[in-house]
Amino acid sequence: MKFLVATILTAMLAFIAGLLSFSPWWGFAVTSLLVAILVHQKAGKAFLAGFLGLLLLWAGLVWWIDMKNNGVMSVKIANVLPLGGNSIYLILVTGIVGGLVAGMAAMSGSFLRSTKSSR
Amino acid sequence: MRVAPFIISTVITSALIYGLNKQWGSIPPMGKFLHPQYGFWQNAEPASQSFDADLSFAELKGKAEVYFDDRLVPHVFAENDEDLYFIQGYLHAKFRLFQMDLQTKAAEGRASEIAGAKAINYDKEQRRLGMKFAAENAMKEIDKDPASKLLFDAYTKGVNAYIGSLKESSLPLEYKLLNFKPEKWTNLRTALLLKMMAKMLSSGTENDLAYTNAKSVFIPDQLKTLYPQVPDSLMPIVPKGTAFEKPGIVPVKPVVADSFYFDNNETVSAKEISKPDINNGSNNWVVAGSKTQSGVPILSNDPHLELSLPSIWYEMQLQTPTSNTYGVTLPGSPFIIIGFNDSIAWGVTNAQRDVKDYYNIKFKDDKTKAEYWFNGEWKKSELRIETIKVKGSKDVLDTVAYTVFGPVMFDKSFQDHISSNRNLAVRWTAHDPSNEGMTFYKLNRAKNYDDYEEAIKTFECPGQNFVFASKTGDIAIWQQGKFPARWDRQGLYVMPGEDSSFMWQGSIPQAENPHSKNPARGYLQSANQRPVDSTYPYFIPGSYITARGVTIDHYLSSMDGITPNDMMKLQNNYFNSLAEDVKSTLLQFIIEEDLTATEKKYLDTFKSWDLMASPDSKGQTIYQCWFDSLEAGIWMDDLSRTTPMAPWPTEQTTMELLKRDTASYFIDNITTPQKETLYDIVTAAFKKASAELTKAEAAGKLEWTKFKNPTIYHLLKDALPAFARKGLNVGGNGNIINAVTHSHGPSWRMVVQMSTPTEAYGVYPGGQSGNPGSKFYDDYIDNWVAGKYNKLWFMREGDRMDKNIKWTMKFKKSE
Repeated sequence: MKFLVATILTAMLAFIAGLLSFSPWWGFAVTSLLVAILVHQKAGKAFLAGFLGLLLLWAGLVWWIDMKNNGVMSVKIANVLPLGGNSIYLILVTGIVGGLVAGMAAMSGSFLRSTKSSR
Repeated sequence: MRVAPFIISTVITSALIYGLNKQWGSIPPMGKFLHPQYGFWQNAEPASQSFDADLSFAELKGKAEVYFDDRLVPHVFAENDEDLYFIQGYLHAKFRLFQMDLQTKAAEGRASEIAGAKAINYDKEQRRLGMKFAAENAMKEIDKDPASKLLFDAYTKGVNAYIGSLKESSLPLEYKLLNFKPEKWTNLRTALLLKMMAKMLSSGTENDLAYTNAKSVFIPDQLKTLYPQVPDSLMPIVPKGTAFEKPGIVPVKPVVADSFYFDNNETVSAKEISKPDINNGSNNWVVAGSKTQSGVPILSNDPHLELSLPSIWYEMQLQTPTSNTYGVTLPGSPFIIIGFNDSIAWGVTNAQRDVKDYYNIKFKDDKTKAEYWFNGEWKKSELRIETIKVKGSKDVLDTVAYTVFGPVMFDKSFQDHISSNRNLAVRWTAHDPSNEGMTFYKLNRAKNYDDYEEAIKTFECPGQNFVFASKTGDIAIWQQGKFPARWDRQGLYVMPGEDSSFMWQGSIPQAENPHSKNPARGYLQSANQRPVDSTYPYFIPGSYITARGVTIDHYLSSMDGITPNDMMKLQNNYFNSLAEDVKSTLLQFIIEEDLTATEKKYLDTFKSWDLMASPDSKGQTIYQCWFDSLEAGIWMDDLSRTTPMAPWPTEQTTMELLKRDTASYFIDNITTPQKETLYDIVTAAFKKASAELTKAEAAGKLEWTKFKNPTIYHLLKDALPAFARKGLNVGGNGNIINAVTHSHGPSWRMVVQMSTPTEAYGVYPGGQSGNPGSKFYDDYIDNWVAGKYNKLWFMREGDRMDKNIKWTMKFKKSE
């Protein structure tokens, strides 16, 4: 339950951070860290919740964008990056990059609140 | 808190963010770039994107509406000129900001700020050519005329209004890829854009440096053969037989011309790095009512430029209560450049005239360049210290000396490989103060021939052939520009610059520029050929292209009952008139007994070729390979007598030489002991071509379109191959009416019939949106390839509720 709450909360706050014009692109790292403090879990679980939260958010968002765009953009960028022009890879890479940053930030949050006893 | 693990994971997180926030070589900051809410995904425009908007700006005076049709062409309805050009600026920026920003930065010699150290020499050359100096002079002229300044100001404000509305997430894709930000627009940048056009069209039309080297080894008669002034087959713009007035100015050759100029055999090692493409040219023609089915004139124009995505052109209709104009615009400049209004239509081709000369400068001290010898004394040069900012490394400083002639483009510090101590100043008409933009403002509003003549009078550089048709039935053409009045062969070579005796003595009076109105034959055409026959009383060198004019004339002279559809077909015509002229000579001089079976096969294909450079033509490929290697066979040995090499004679010159003198001095290969005849050269050329053709055939590339692989690159070319459109199934070539080469060709095709209502068609190889993530990025290309046109919707006041309107953008003054 805690895991699910953390994942959803991470995704939601990251989305909101992305809407704030004063926030740098990595604003979601801060919110993910906060979520991990608020909903405390062990480091591994915190990482996974952060990772999944952003993976699902980002991959979901760009999948939606890509569908409405008929893949016009993703095919071009997937050639530049280079991912062989494969849109699916590009969507996954996007999700994983977001996930890694959020996961690591969440892990930091978990360690911040950890005590020896909760180990 | 678990301190150590916390620190470790925080450090890793920070390092991750740092790494994703930083540009690595050409890889953009990936975190930002991939972020769905900031990065490139934001540029992935939904196919169902709406362009409806309600916008208000303090700079506007009244209300205005922009109606977009289904091709995303904006039809702007404003209450006054200032609002009109504010909105034009806004829309240019909204759809084409990156291209405007990039092109004007490059024009100014600031490409290194984006591209890094590899562009330093390009930037130096732009600055030493005086591009910014030219734009500043144009600005002074604009500022002198408050009415025109108001229009340029309004345009600039419109561009900046859009730039001001940008957020990180809405930046055009290229800024995200290259990791930089758009810079504010200024009137100077508009002037720079127009100077970029001036360079494109009037800077590559001379060959002075290379001719100077040619002159050092060839005798005058040979020079005439290599680089003739009037081609035998010329079909000039002004119909043959037209009588010319006595010249208003007769330039006098200096008495020392022979000793100091013609007989001076000093060579030049300097070379321009970014010399404009020789194929920059165009076709335009107009047929009078006497030759059309409808009885009214039809005007056609297709400017040939480097094809790019986004396209150089942006289609628009601009309307106020006092004017209504449709056509293509240049993002970066107000006004419609090629188009029509309710009363007239106009188009342009390049004049190809030489308006740029070099002068030898003697500095007192080559290091400081502070003083130069002129008219018997040391004169102070004006030194401009250019600071070139370079992405990823230190600024580069470059000092450019300005003389009475113009900037010293080449000297000891540029280019590095120069060992001789020649300093070359450049005299170029683009440096002279003038306000070309106003010609277009007036043309947009011209009602008849007199208005047209008045509008183009002040147009100085780059010289253009303005073709014209009116609803009252007039047809006309003017080659308009400021052209120096030269004595015979003045400025073909680097001239002495130690005094004023070799300076230009004046310009050809405007009224004497080549022109023709309502000729009896009922048509006029221009296709970058020499504008007049040899009876014109001035010496007018240039980089003329003859073949297309010959082909167009051939068709127009024999056509009658012409319809717009006929004109569209003609713009897409593939007939190779040069090949027609040379085919019999080639076949006469090939020694068939010496050919292998494969070579014979190619020869048979060539023999049965219909002379059309169509996409699937194998004959055209064989012809082109053969002719290219024949040119090398004839000229290479002779041109290589000097370093850098003397310029190549044109294809036309080669063809005409073969028709005229099959035993010419140039046929023999001077590097071999034996004497070659035309038989030897033609046959050897065919064998060499066959080797190339065999390779091409093995690769499945014998068909002409596969051989040349027509491609439209993104503006950043090789940096973004994924943004290009390759392998377009289109034929043609530079000397053919449908002038498509590998990446160059008809950048806009337009046909306008002056009926009521006006019937107009047009297409360009691109799309209205500069965003590679938009379906409007390249949506016209397939039509362009197929030779199909869009019917241009010349919207009327009463059409505001028309079903053609897909989206409406409303503008008003903000409270």
